[in-house]
Amino acid sequence: MIAEKSNTTQQIINSISSSANKVSFINDTTLTKALLYLENKGIPNNKHEEYKYCNMDAVFKREFKNIAQKFETVTNANLKPYKLDDAVTLVVLNGNYSEELSDKIILKGVHINSFSNLDDKGKKLIASIADVESDAFIALNTAFSGNGFHLRIEKNEILQMPIHILYVSSSQSEILVNTRNLIELQENSEATIIEQQIIFGEGKIFTNFLSEKFVAENAKLTSYIFQNESEKGFSVNTNQVKVERNSIYDNTTVTLGGQVVRNNHNVALLGENSIAHLNGFFSAKQNQLIDNHTLVDHQVPNCESNELYKGLANDKSVGVFNGKIYVRKDAQKTNAYQSSKNILLSDDATINTKPQLEIYANDVKCSHGTSTGKIDENALFYLNTRGIGKESGRKILLASFAQEVIDKIEVEELKRRILEKAEMI
Amino acid sequence: MENLITIKNLHASVDGKEILKGINLEIKAGEVHAIMGPNGSGKSTLSSVLAGKDDYEVTEGEVMFNGQNLLDMEAEDRAREGLFLAFQYPVEIPGVSNINFLKTALNEIREYKGLEPIAAKDFLALVKEKQKLVELDNRLTNRSVNEGFSGGEKKRNEIFQMAMLEPKLAILDETDSGLDIDALKIVANGVNTLKNKNNAFIVITHYQRLLDYIVPDFVHILYNGKIVKSGTKELALELEAKGYDEIKKQFETV
Repeated sequence: MIAEKSNTTQQIINSISSSANKVSFINDTTLTKALLYLENKGIPNNKHEEYKYCNMDAVFKREFKNIAQKFETVTNANLKPYKLDDAVTLVVLNGNYSEELSDKIILKGVHINSFSNLDDKGKKLIASIADVESDAFIALNTAFSGNGFHLRIEKNEILQMPIHILYVSSSQSEILVNTRNLIELQENSEATIIEQQIIFGEGKIFTNFLSEKFVAENAKLTSYIFQNESEKGFSVNTNQVKVERNSIYDNTTVTLGGQVVRNNHNVALLGENSIAHLNGFFSAKQNQLIDNHTLVDHQVPNCESNELYKGLANDKSVGVFNGKIYVRKDAQKTNAYQSSKNILLSDDATINTKPQLEIYANDVKCSHGTSTGKIDENALFYLNTRGIGKESGRKILLASFAQEVIDKIEVEELKRRILEKAEMI
Repeated sequence: MENLITIKNLHASVDGKEILKGINLEIKAGEVHAIMGPNGSGKSTLSSVLAGKDDYEVTEGEVMFNGQNLLDMEAEDRAREGLFLAFQYPVEIPGVSNINFLKTALNEIREYKGLEPIAAKDFLALVKEKQKLVELDNRLTNRSVNEGFSGGEKKRNEIFQMAMLEPKLAILDETDSGLDIDALKIVANGVNTLKNKNNAFIVITHYQRLLDYIVPDFVHILYNGKIVKSGTKELALELEAKGYDEIKKQFETV
């Protein structure tokens, strides 16, 4: 088993290291640690507790035998259909921040730099939130990180327009892209950030995405993640978030596409009176695998977290929700809620849900609930008796199921686009 | 005059257990029929079978509705042909607004009949008009279907939907259960206003009380899966006075 594991890992390392530039913006100690961890632990297979339903070793063995790292470029015209009218667009192409494809209009108080352009102080922040020794994909990303960007919202700035980040990859061959960013909201600032991955070309693309997000005191980050890749898209998406005192981190993740999508959404509440909202909706079909892992780590007293994840699984697809909540010993007066609701749309589809609450404080309010069922036949019959046909009745019920999550999105244009795509469920 | 609905020797089972054991019933347009019977006699099964619920298996008999074989039709086509079931327990559908639901229903029925979708303005005018009939306020019309409605509000919503869809035959399945006297009057008033020479009603009830307000032309007593006695409205009064025990004794062996 061990030999097999390192085989895949070694093969990945070999096939990407020849073409990868030396990662100049992360210090050597961290890089070495990352590489060692990766070599020791290997790409996780289903024996790994956290990847039980998401055997990444098998995915690489099956789908990425011939990683060639031949990247293609895209034009502004290619990206136009994805851009939002009222947002500033930033573009990352094949893992590297592209100043050329990104909008020039930069909002007041917003600073954006590619990692390689950062000064030493800036560079120190990279890899300060995501521990390279906590997960093989964090290690892999760190060791071979693309030249991503640092986005900083200056203190006291309230952004009036959302920032829309497009992570674009294009290839005719099999590629592995280590996309990475660092988003920093300084004290008293507020921003809405939309993140979306897009793939072009005929090649299969594995995106190993890592975002470090830092929300300083009295700040508010509203984060929307929209995932709708084709069957050529494979990804592990890690969000490592630190939330300070009196701050809010509000995320909604909508997954409508991608062959294998694994999300690791890890939020640490580090300052009192901070709040995290994690909402998710996914719709899996054919033989897709969509796996959402969330972690909310209550480290201090008087914080609140609220989680709502909903999923649909059709055909032979597999959906996973694994929600961990830690309430540390000091985190008294914590309010932590979690709910996961799923609908199976075929007899061959599977949903695996696992709420995991670990509570070490004694004065807390925590609850969780999970349900997986079929479409409500009584509700469908009720619609039918009013003249609404089977197919449209089914659509109405599924749309209303998704709506609870999609309604959390306050950028109307994005919400409309997601609803249009969701229509095809 | 032709029958609006003709039920002949209808047998139905659920999970292999026979519930309806040969129902015969003929209803003409303009008539109100009450079906009464003790718990477990098959009242709700009859309404579910007529509305087209999948859980029931029709093992024998036929139902002609409006000149067509009702049992061959999907539930939605039965509705589009003019059959309406007011549920004993209306279903809550979170996230689906009452108003959008009704608009979809109305338009699917119109499409079936080869009509254009209703104009938004006309639809809203219709909602306003029909809402008044059952004193359902805007707050409820705009909420999710039946979600958080009180028992009475749910039943009024059923009658409101009926008013919107203007069926030829409406089956009211224990619409009176869980209603206080004021709500009962509102519901009955709605039905009486909608009643005309072209439509008919089947009022299924356990008690005579509702029939003081919706006066039936015929009363049938359902017991053990069969109609054991039919008569005029006096039969309901007789039943109320004597109770179901008499019926049970008389027809125990049926």
